[in-house]
Amino acid sequence: MGLFENHLLSVILFTPLAGAILLLLVPRAWDDAHRILGNVFGVLGFVVSLPLLARFHAGVAGYQFKESAEWIPSIGARYTLGIDGISFLLVLLTTLLGMISILSSWSAIQSRKKEYYILFLLLQTGMLGVFMALDFFLFYVFWEVMLVPMYFLIGVWGSERRLYAAIKFFLYTLAGSVLMLLAILAVYFNAAKAGAPYTFDVPTLLAAVQQFPDSLKVWLFWGFFFAFAIKVPMFPFHTWLPDAHTEAPTAGSVILAGVLLKMGTYGFIRFSLPLLPADPALRARIIHIVIVLSLVGIIYGALVCMMQKDMKRLIAYSSVSHLGFCTLGIFALTPHALSGSVLQQINHGISTGALFLIVGVLYERRHTRLISEFGGLSTPMPNFAAVYLIITLSSLGMPLLNGFIGEFTILRGAFEVNKAWAAWGALGVILGAAYLLWLFQRVMFGPVTKPENEKLPDLNWREYATLLPLVALAFWIGIYPKPFFRYLEKPVQEIVERVNPGYYKAEPAKLPAAAAETQPAATAPASGAAPEAQPIGTAR
Amino acid sequence: MTPTGYFLGHIWLIPLFPLATAALMLLLGRRLSNGAVSVLCVGSVFVAFVHAAGAVLQLLAVDPAHRAVQIILFDWVPAGPMHTSAGQVVQFVADWGLLLDPLSSVMVLVVTGVGFLIHLYSIGYMGHEGGYYRYFGYLNLFMFAMLTLVLANNLLLLFVGWEGVGLCSYLLIGFYFLKKSAADAGKKAFIVNRIGDAGFLLGIFLIASTLGTIRFTNQGLPDPAAYSGILQALEAAVHGGALAYGAPVLTAIGLLLFVGAVGKSAQIPLYVWLPDAMEGPTPVSALIHAATMVTAGVYMVARMNALYQLAPAALEVVAVAGATTAVFAATMGLAQNDIKKVMAYSTISQLGYMFLALGVGAFSAGIFHLMTHAFFKALLFLGSGSVIHALSGEQDMRKMGGLWGRIPVTAKTFLVGTIAIAGIPPLAGFFSKDEILGKAFEHSPVLWVVGFVTAGLTAFYMFRLVNLTFFGASRVAHDVEHHIHESPGTMTVPLVILAALSVVGGWIGWPAALGGGNRFEKFLEPVVAARTVEHAEAAAHGGANEYLLMLASVGVALAGIWLAFQFYLRKPATPEKIAAAAPWLYRLIYNKYYVDEIYDAMFVNRTKDLGTALGVFDAKIVDGLGVDGTGWLARFTSSVSIWWDKWIVDGLVNLTGRLVRMLSYPVRMLQTGVLSSYALLIVLGLLALLGYYGNLMRHLAR
Repeated sequence: MGLFENHLLSVILFTPLAGAILLLLVPRAWDDAHRILGNVFGVLGFVVSLPLLARFHAGVAGYQFKESAEWIPSIGARYTLGIDGISFLLVLLTTLLGMISILSSWSAIQSRKKEYYILFLLLQTGMLGVFMALDFFLFYVFWEVMLVPMYFLIGVWGSERRLYAAIKFFLYTLAGSVLMLLAILAVYFNAAKAGAPYTFDVPTLLAAVQQFPDSLKVWLFWGFFFAFAIKVPMFPFHTWLPDAHTEAPTAGSVILAGVLLKMGTYGFIRFSLPLLPADPALRARIIHIVIVLSLVGIIYGALVCMMQKDMKRLIAYSSVSHLGFCTLGIFALTPHALSGSVLQQINHGISTGALFLIVGVLYERRHTRLISEFGGLSTPMPNFAAVYLIITLSSLGMPLLNGFIGEFTILRGAFEVNKAWAAWGALGVILGAAYLLWLFQRVMFGPVTKPENEKLPDLNWREYATLLPLVALAFWIGIYPKPFFRYLEKPVQEIVERVNPGYYKAEPAKLPAAAAETQPAATAPASGAAPEAQPIGTAR
Repeated sequence: MTPTGYFLGHIWLIPLFPLATAALMLLLGRRLSNGAVSVLCVGSVFVAFVHAAGAVLQLLAVDPAHRAVQIILFDWVPAGPMHTSAGQVVQFVADWGLLLDPLSSVMVLVVTGVGFLIHLYSIGYMGHEGGYYRYFGYLNLFMFAMLTLVLANNLLLLFVGWEGVGLCSYLLIGFYFLKKSAADAGKKAFIVNRIGDAGFLLGIFLIASTLGTIRFTNQGLPDPAAYSGILQALEAAVHGGALAYGAPVLTAIGLLLFVGAVGKSAQIPLYVWLPDAMEGPTPVSALIHAATMVTAGVYMVARMNALYQLAPAALEVVAVAGATTAVFAATMGLAQNDIKKVMAYSTISQLGYMFLALGVGAFSAGIFHLMTHAFFKALLFLGSGSVIHALSGEQDMRKMGGLWGRIPVTAKTFLVGTIAIAGIPPLAGFFSKDEILGKAFEHSPVLWVVGFVTAGLTAFYMFRLVNLTFFGASRVAHDVEHHIHESPGTMTVPLVILAALSVVGGWIGWPAALGGGNRFEKFLEPVVAARTVEHAEAAAHGGANEYLLMLASVGVALAGIWLAFQFYLRKPATPEKIAAAAPWLYRLIYNKYYVDEIYDAMFVNRTKDLGTALGVFDAKIVDGLGVDGTGWLARFTSSVSIWWDKWIVDGLVNLTGRLVRMLSYPVRMLQTGVLSSYALLIVLGLLALLGYYGNLMRHLAR
């Protein structure tokens, strides 16, 4: 199958879009057809992404499955797709969570089903495009396209304050992306000024950026920064998130937390890191600002969680805290921290996605998200209690579940650079346990205080189908994360070599006992490193 | 000669047996009968015990220098290259590997052995409770975590067990989750432990950065040279001059790891969770909060003894913290009326003893006391459980008394346990406690005095408990009175076995001074041997005062026992008189020095306040002023531009229009549309033109 061989990414990218177009043709009167077809394409979207698992070569540096076609030749924009280990994981996360959240909408969405499923599938294509695009123009198009369906998902199928939340989400994100557009154009023109042909090709431009003067790089860095910081969201650009999360329908929250936020961290890794200035003092100052914002986000988000009365708002603020770990990991610039950060992005998609599904389960039964409306649910819903407990533990970083592996590697990598960073992060871990367990206790433990809660039905098979894959993944990453680290090894090495030249070239340990442990990675040629990367020993 | 054999080759099965049954219980337990649950869960722990015993026997078959087996099952966290603080690059790997050496042998036998007895006991104790399968599922999960903790070959895998036992503790404390106090206690235990764990994690980071490895040792691996180990890295670093005795970084590591131990092993200032943890079922208190989990911190410090020996300042902190906790908790045990609360403070106090031992460098003495304490404290907890069982759930000692003949097996075994903990020879507690006091005296007489006072207090409050419970007149409520019954065999058999162990368990550490060989110390020697000149000297220090010290500690114990008899049997009014004489002191002790209240006021409520304040800040400032403010600003500017647009930009346009209109006014006045006026105007115009031209002509003609 030639199409599959050569255009696998395009197939994955446009399967949801094809579904959306097909749904457009289905008459509105065929009521159930929409959600059946929506689910078919949700599953299909995941299934077509599975061949990536077999065909992606973890040990190879650079982008794989590259496709490129002429698009707008007059400005040099091309249709270029490609993925490395980082985007590989994010693409799979997107197709998986897409399938799960479409399934979770089955009974939750009762009005305007046709439009709902069309928009959801469009959203899938938009998000996948962001992770796959290797052309700045294409990237920007997907980045913006994805806003529109999300806007409608919140604004039409949300709860009471949906319009406020939808407009806030849209305008906030748009404000950031305008700055990014300017920065992209600045990169485009400045690279061309340096003699290159006009192109939006990401690898080419990122290589060209290395020749830019620091003064320009700093401007470009902040230009991109705001777009990504809003998306992540970093403190103090986070306040759209609780509103959007709270008002969005369950599936929207799952996708919002699971995938959308990762577009910000992905942007940081892909575009912001190469834009860090070369001057060590200047770079240190910028990194300091970003790290401090991350740490503030970790602690602040966790503390604000404590006083929330609405389950969804609480989980939204916990996202601010968790994403703080991710940005800390990115800007610590060590291999452990960076690979931990990507892993934690996946973990957050799994754990927080599942937490939103859990709130959705309760919301469908009681039509409220107020913590005080619940209590003692372990008695009527024992299986739900078990699943919820596992997810809570995964989110608070219990070993043998996914969150621990991510937090540990991030904090260890950060410790290497600055011990205080890790110490503040560890404080966030303590607070994480506090607010999550407190929430769990208030909802699940104690006697049933409200008569409405006495007869709540336990999970049904569809709810199991949405939650159990995430539980399984949480255990897998917690117990055997090796495959994930293998996918991340090369791209992380490439990025760290570029931004932290010489890291891998430092003197290998000479302890005879440790000799066998220092694998060739320490001496591997920096295949993807920028040309001027020189072995200058270690930074510290 | 390397140790081999079936059991040694399969040590990884030991934690797996209870894990398998735990998984079975938690997935399918509801469909199983209580009988099946008991057979499977107790059986799996028994099989684990057999494997552990077999493995230890096979280990004993080789000479002491080679008693270590290490099996690496797979790479667990291969996080990639990292820099050490010396600037070298190493590959960081945390393996899933198990290490059986003399130290873990002791632990694994205690955990599976005592664990099996407590499982057996639970059949009787929990038989009437709902959620039987859930209870055993959690309990087996605990066994898995605890065995992973003691068998782990590296710090991170140890941390897995460490957190795992904490989780099971959380679940089992909150087993009666319908009770708010139980759910609160579980949460408190978890969060307080997390504070310690944060320190522990930072300690792991610092070790990884300093030594480049977190594996304890490379001994016992088929190819040791190919692997790194903390022990070997430390030796190399000291040998190469990179690290010296007392290096600050080693002190820092020692202290950070100890923070973790303080949380898990309930030492000052993080002990507050353990008394509350008594909300859990009593066998849980025996297993987790007395015999095994809370000793994990002691085990960990002993496991890292090579590092602590190089960090004397950290060890000093361990000793002082241990001694302080020992005496402080013992005083709190004096005035408690809940039988399990007394036990809880006693456990905290005895754990302090163990840390005192570690702190003065007597690592094997600490582990020895850990073992004997596991026997007699498990016995005492199970015994109190049996009392509570007999009294239909009553835990208040003021409503007990006179039970001696009514529940004879429980009463007699309980007395054995009490004598053992009081330190009367030749019961187990005497040997371990005496060794600690002897070593403490060599290190510092002040620490010895603290330990000595604690020994007296221990004997006093334990016999107070025995007197109040088993002797004197019965104060049992009437409706409870005729239900009093001795517990079933599944409960008394474990009591008898543990009582026997509490008698003979100390004999393997019979000191040389009394004509013994202290085989326990010799067994642990390969793991905890003195590695520095200072420790070698301390170890060699002779026992000139040994007999005197023994006499003193036995004497103070007897004094405590005598006092307890005076106070609580002979003259029962005495305690009240004393309380009346110094009411503030009594209240202070009775209320446990108000530590919980102080913590609530200083930390817990302040954190909640901070959360609330930040929540308001978030809504009012970040979102209100920042985001909505920006929105308002946007609306304001837009209304300004609308005004500008309307009045200035559009105004100019309108002004132009108006000007034109104004200027056109006179002209427009002419446009009346009336024919006759047009005709008049034409005539007038004509006349004017004619006049003009007439004039012109006249001029031209001239």
